[in-house]
Amino acid sequence: MSASEYRLTQLQTLEAESIHIIREVVAELERPVLLFSGGKDSIVMLRLAEKAFFPARIPFPVMHVDTGHNFQEVLDFRDRRVSELGVQLIVASVPEALDRGLVSEPPDGTRNRIQTPVLLDALEKYRFTAAFGGARRDEDKARAKERVFSFRDEFGQWDPKNQRPELWNTYNGRIQMGENIRVFPLSNWTELDIWQYVKHEQIALPSIYFAHRREVFDRGGMLYGVHEVCRPKAGEEVFTETVRYRTVGDASLTAAVRSDADTLEAIIDEVASTRITERGATRGDDKFSEAAMEDRKREGYF
Amino acid sequence: MPPTMDMLRFATAGSVDDGKSTLIGRLLFDSKSIFEDQLSAVEAASTAKGDDYVNLALLTDGLRAEREQGITIDVAYRYFATPRRKFIIADTPGHIQYTRNMVTGASTADLAIILVDARKGLVEQSRRHAFLATLLRVPHLVLAVNKMDLVDYSQEVYDEISDEFTRFADKLNVSDLTVIPLSALKGDNIVTRSANMPWYEGPSLLHHLEHVHVSSDRNLIDVRFPVQYVIRPQSSQYPDYRGYAGTVASGTLKAGDEIMVLPSGFTSTIAAVETADGPVAEAFPPMAVTVRLNDEIDISRGDMICRPQNAPKVAQNIDAMICWMADDALRPGRKLAIKHTSRSARAVVKDLEYRLDVNTLHRDPAATELNLNDIGRIRLRTTQPLLCDEYARNRETGGFILIDENTNRTVGAGMITSAD
Repeated sequence: MSASEYRLTQLQTLEAESIHIIREVVAELERPVLLFSGGKDSIVMLRLAEKAFFPARIPFPVMHVDTGHNFQEVLDFRDRRVSELGVQLIVASVPEALDRGLVSEPPDGTRNRIQTPVLLDALEKYRFTAAFGGARRDEDKARAKERVFSFRDEFGQWDPKNQRPELWNTYNGRIQMGENIRVFPLSNWTELDIWQYVKHEQIALPSIYFAHRREVFDRGGMLYGVHEVCRPKAGEEVFTETVRYRTVGDASLTAAVRSDADTLEAIIDEVASTRITERGATRGDDKFSEAAMEDRKREGYF
Repeated sequence: MPPTMDMLRFATAGSVDDGKSTLIGRLLFDSKSIFEDQLSAVEAASTAKGDDYVNLALLTDGLRAEREQGITIDVAYRYFATPRRKFIIADTPGHIQYTRNMVTGASTADLAIILVDARKGLVEQSRRHAFLATLLRVPHLVLAVNKMDLVDYSQEVYDEISDEFTRFADKLNVSDLTVIPLSALKGDNIVTRSANMPWYEGPSLLHHLEHVHVSSDRNLIDVRFPVQYVIRPQSSQYPDYRGYAGTVASGTLKAGDEIMVLPSGFTSTIAAVETADGPVAEAFPPMAVTVRLNDEIDISRGDMICRPQNAPKVAQNIDAMICWMADDALRPGRKLAIKHTSRSARAVVKDLEYRLDVNTLHRDPAATELNLNDIGRIRLRTTQPLLCDEYARNRETGGFILIDENTNRTVGAGMITSAD
């Protein structure tokens, strides 16, 4: 090979960086867990974890913080993937936390914010010292400032003004009892990188990411699928539309987008030419204020 | 957009006054990487603050405190892509109290853009940024002479700034310098060559970013493979498998190569270099791979695989340039944790040789401590040997971080100048 041949594509570079991060966590932190929602980012992260330890099994469990507001296709996918890999699945259940009074149902019925105490409770219960999250820096301006190894104090809080400097690929995973590190191996990936990687690696995804016919209604300019936890109010007309989901979250908060993209090629073309960010197009939860994500992260959100 | 394009990481240094946010906004906007909802959010926020222009700084200043105070506090990472390359921008604040953030952003950068205002010419800050970029061995430097529209696109103004900076850069050992006159606000020489400056014959900024040759920046000579994790499946399918996982720091590895393991000094040959996708013909930086050897020798995390005739130093006395990043001062006698590649140890500061004035490059050997954002040269003694090279020769095996053992905070970044 000549010097000019020692080159990696952007996907190979990102993959190598993520694998390095995942291995570093397992080497330095005693009890990691991978947060797995069945969404595309956590699916890619799980694939990278599989690669990082091959031919050994993934040496940590995965955890789903389950709001109870799920898309059935995504739950089915989650269970199938977990059994293929032979990893342990822990479900941190919001409905169960509601029953035992850890959290109470917000007046608007959305459960995004009450996921945080449920997540923190589960991390404490299982004494996890590190939690892998699939967040990317291109998603949100608060996330753009967050470290790959993001320190959380014993209350699970993120202190954005007091972050540990992070140099080269040398990560500081030192913590004291009760503290933990949130780790974001996909920090430098963009939405387009994720899709290109899914295609390149032929990674299976839940069907709702691909264009399909669905009963929807328009609320505030966003198209919500009719679901047992997301029903039209008076005056919101239900119609059938060809849509797909760009993100997969709580079914009461995640909107679909009009799309004919029913193949990975078509989705990549769509993502490459879209002019609206992923969260802006699909997430009711980020619209509350300019610093919605920063505020939730300070409380211990993903 | 083909998935086969490569990647360039660059850092931008400068302040809001130099037009840095406008420049980044312009690169993102012209590469269609700003989205409509982001733009309308920024427009709404600008209007609410009473700005009479769309303040693109609000795109990058992501934290509440930054927007409230109108300053950049921390490194923000931004992403854009052209058909040729994917870019990662580490957007760093310019003021001296954020030197540590600039150092952080520069540590992973292939290229640094230093912005100056054509009306003001080189200022203290420009020299500091150039020094920090060379201290961190960022291989490519761009001096962007901005706001050329405000000096009537004058070649004389440009030449004067360019000459002065080139003379300064000669003292710093800059390996590759490109000077580009531009106007971020008007778009001159950003994406395409500007008709307003026919006397300038160089590339536009984006053209330079797309074409600058970075693959030869890597060290492909010195084989350095820090063992990160030992993979032992102990499964029925792989009962005796033992693989050494890690990221190639430098050099290349392939099956059949003779290797030596440090610190033990045992030698063997490589049986295979593997990934989950199968064996690889040859591994090179920054690939994450698993190496199997033909002999069973005791190897654990923190060890280093190298070549018998080309080994790093095995050293406990380390001389290094330090950027101090904590509020409490660093003084000789202080004990710290040190993390270097995959190896952790403890270290004591034996001596502070000098503190460097980052503006004048003056060395002060009388200094007794390093304060937050200070840079100086220290001597460390470590509890265990580091397997290291000079930072100038190898960024991967020459850099380390210092950690306070009580608070666990990262308090310093070190670049090894010599070791024995």
